[in-house]
Amino acid sequence: MKKIIKKEPKTFKIKLNGKLVLAYEGETVLTLARRNKINIPSFCYHPDLSVKANCRVCVVEIKGSVKLKTSCSTLVEEGMEIITDNERVKKARETNLELIYASHVERCGGCSYRFDCNLLSTAKEYDLEVSRFKDRKKTRKTYKFANAVEIDGTQCIDCRNCLEACVNQGISYLELSGKGIDQEIVPKKDKKFACVYCGQCALHCPVASAQEQDQSLELEKLLKLKGKTVVVQFAPAVRVSLGESFGLPYGTNCEGKIVSALKKLGFNYIFDINFAADITTMTEAEEFMERLADKKAIWPMTTSCCPAWVAYAEFYHPELLPHLTTARSPHIHGGGAIKAYWAKKKNLKAEDIIVVSVVPCTAKKYEAIRPELKYKGKPLVDFVLTTRELAFLIKKNRIDFVNLPDGKLEPMFNAGSGAAAIYGASGGVMESALRSVASFVCEKGKDPLCDARLEFKEVRGLEGIKEAEVKLGGKKYKLAVVNGLGNFSKLLPNFSKYHYIEVMACPGGCLGGGGQPIPTTKAIKEKRMAGLYNLDKKRTIRRAHENKEMLAFYNFAKENGLAKQLLHTGFKKSKGSILTSTKDNN
Amino acid sequence: MKAKTKKTSLKKNGATHVDLINKIESAALVGRGGAGYPVAWKWKAVEEALKSEKEAYIVVNGAEGEPGVKKDAFILEKHPEDFIFGLNLAFEFLGKNKVKKIYLFLNKTYIKSSANKIRKILADKKYSDLEKKVEFFSKPLDAGYIGGEESSMLNIIEGKKGEPRIRPPFPTTSGLFSKPTLINNVETFFDVALVAKDEYRGDRFYTISGAIKKPGVYRFPALMPIENVLKQSANYPNFDFFVQIGGNASGEILNKEQINVPADSAASIMVYDKNKTDEKKLIEYWLKFYFNNSCGQCLTCREGTYRLYEMIKAKTYDQKIFWDIVSALDDSSFCALGSSLPIPLLSYYRNIKGVEKV
Repeated sequence: MKKIIKKEPKTFKIKLNGKLVLAYEGETVLTLARRNKINIPSFCYHPDLSVKANCRVCVVEIKGSVKLKTSCSTLVEEGMEIITDNERVKKARETNLELIYASHVERCGGCSYRFDCNLLSTAKEYDLEVSRFKDRKKTRKTYKFANAVEIDGTQCIDCRNCLEACVNQGISYLELSGKGIDQEIVPKKDKKFACVYCGQCALHCPVASAQEQDQSLELEKLLKLKGKTVVVQFAPAVRVSLGESFGLPYGTNCEGKIVSALKKLGFNYIFDINFAADITTMTEAEEFMERLADKKAIWPMTTSCCPAWVAYAEFYHPELLPHLTTARSPHIHGGGAIKAYWAKKKNLKAEDIIVVSVVPCTAKKYEAIRPELKYKGKPLVDFVLTTRELAFLIKKNRIDFVNLPDGKLEPMFNAGSGAAAIYGASGGVMESALRSVASFVCEKGKDPLCDARLEFKEVRGLEGIKEAEVKLGGKKYKLAVVNGLGNFSKLLPNFSKYHYIEVMACPGGCLGGGGQPIPTTKAIKEKRMAGLYNLDKKRTIRRAHENKEMLAFYNFAKENGLAKQLLHTGFKKSKGSILTSTKDNN
Repeated sequence: MKAKTKKTSLKKNGATHVDLINKIESAALVGRGGAGYPVAWKWKAVEEALKSEKEAYIVVNGAEGEPGVKKDAFILEKHPEDFIFGLNLAFEFLGKNKVKKIYLFLNKTYIKSSANKIRKILADKKYSDLEKKVEFFSKPLDAGYIGGEESSMLNIIEGKKGEPRIRPPFPTTSGLFSKPTLINNVETFFDVALVAKDEYRGDRFYTISGAIKKPGVYRFPALMPIENVLKQSANYPNFDFFVQIGGNASGEILNKEQINVPADSAASIMVYDKNKTDEKKLIEYWLKFYFNNSCGQCLTCREGTYRLYEMIKAKTYDQKIFWDIVSALDDSSFCALGSSLPIPLLSYYRNIKGVEKV
């Protein structure tokens, strides 16, 4: 047998700005420099995407090279001497920066990315004007994908990250039209393609040209109006990522600070979508049990809480729709719990309550307006904000997020079980459901030795497709987790061999969602994920069906014949995504 | 026994291999596309890459997209036999069963003018293996100048946008469809043929155009000074003039005192009547060419060529920004198209006006 020896990367010393530093074979000059705390600006570079070297901003001088080199595309070599900041480098870099500013129509006043904008920060650092040239893209269109995502052609700097992100998702809805200065990112006209609203384009855009359709300012106005009951609920993944926008370490759990920040922003009541995730788990686990009891049941059952996956299935694979669990997604469950149950107990009218969800997702904006998800004629959730939009509102209102005390949730609902906490990670939804299914199965068999497993580590992690076989109540079940829509086609040929499949459109699950802070990279996702699993361990209850407050609502819904109205949903074949385009007149 | 046979045949093949590559090496043959890379190195690199890959491609570059260069057209027209002979040598050198396909990537008008001739030659029995592998590929009209840049060409053949690729990897190891690929200019294959037949005298083809009496393609020694080329082709002007060498867009401008050197790059010579040349129009022509031919992939070239062209069309513009952009193109463009824009501009200022701009 051959021993597998993991090869340590070769190291050598090279000169970086005159100083000898340790370099790892195979790393780029950009990585080396950043590791050594030398800030080289870049726009097109994203560690999870291919190196394109098209923004030309990260240029450096390599001794012996006739021309400057882009540090993102140049691998370190023994004997290399790199200079990142001499006059020559600065001159080319500054010109290129000015050319980038010239290709982006600045509308900073209304831009929710302005506190995190690399264009503005580099302009400040290099003391450059952002508007020295006449804008050449003024007449370009903004393409809006339903109410979820948009690509504003006037702001695009042609880095093509969105294009690649869309291809990686297995969607390829975007394409590059034209050539030279006429090139433009546009949606494909071919009706065989449709947007699933996942927002991965936005997550990889360095200049907020691809972006969520921003509702933060509209909401801000609403919060200032008196006499409205504006309530908010925030999603599992938001708590471990929002802190990044304020300089906190990746993966820091900020749930208490988020509650305080939301209070300061003027929300009347704060809820946790984790509570609602327990409703989802309960509904989904019960459906799994029902399918087990039904000889004619359709297998496998798949999750359906990811609205981009639903949009994908409805357009690309309508034949699979009967496999999707009819359990609604957490924030929609939350909206129902608030409007139909909490309101009643509070003596409020459902129609007077405005429910806002803060989620790591762009597709949930679209989910919230789906016609079947209404209560008394109005949407269950009225506003959907991304993690980024919330970060913007906190910054805009000069709230000192880092120093906020932990706030308290609206007490009728709670912060959910440990099973809810892991909803934000790929595999988490399945694990949550399995925790309950395992308990239900044992209870049914009434075998005191039955092992109601708690953790299902085999479905965790960032691998594209995760497969496992578990034994519950003496029976074996085959599981698969699709982590990122781009992996779905690989699973499809084996679809029918499983019992239960989780699909999350965004790689990493919601913690890598299209509405998350920028940058989001694989390394950052790992830390957010660790944050979620830590939270799970700290929760006093770790199984959804043990959440008594949740059960109170759940039983209320069932006993009042509201299960269909509050717990379940349906899906139907779609002809395509919703596309509108607008032109700005300024 | 078996092993022995194998060894002999290898040795036999090896002998012709070594023979040809040695000849090419001692003739110091360099690629005639413009970059001047040693031919033997390139062939050996593909051969080496084939040790770990099963198949390779050959691509003939006859895109000839720059105004003022017409030598490939001339060779395809006048010397198609030698061109095919040279191509066949490359085919045999890499191994007939290893070369999956040979693309003749040609300027659209050249396909019209020479495809039939080439097909006729290929119909000869001695080329029956070659003929099976050869495919004509017409450079798309909108591919422009960049369509002849070798990695853009590979992208076009693959059905992608005609844009240059990041290097490394180089086409010799990972070219067309990620396979080792030998890319040579039409003239290079012609030269290889002459070398193999011991007829190579170190000549090359010069496209001469502009304010002269006898424009056309001429064959002279590669090292002949430009001045002599003009004189021997009876094109030496009797008025004050300057020349552009290696393409009417990207070529370097030399004054008449500077032409005692060989023409490099694509060996074209454009003669300008100094008194009749409108400087502004000339510069505008260059900038327009670059603007129109920029593929748009990289920022500096896409935005830079656009801004420069806009500025030159305007009556007044900021000189500092103008030359800053020229300098950024020189130093930080993605490919040789962008980085060649400064060549005519800076050499014009330096050699004709006596001004160092950047």
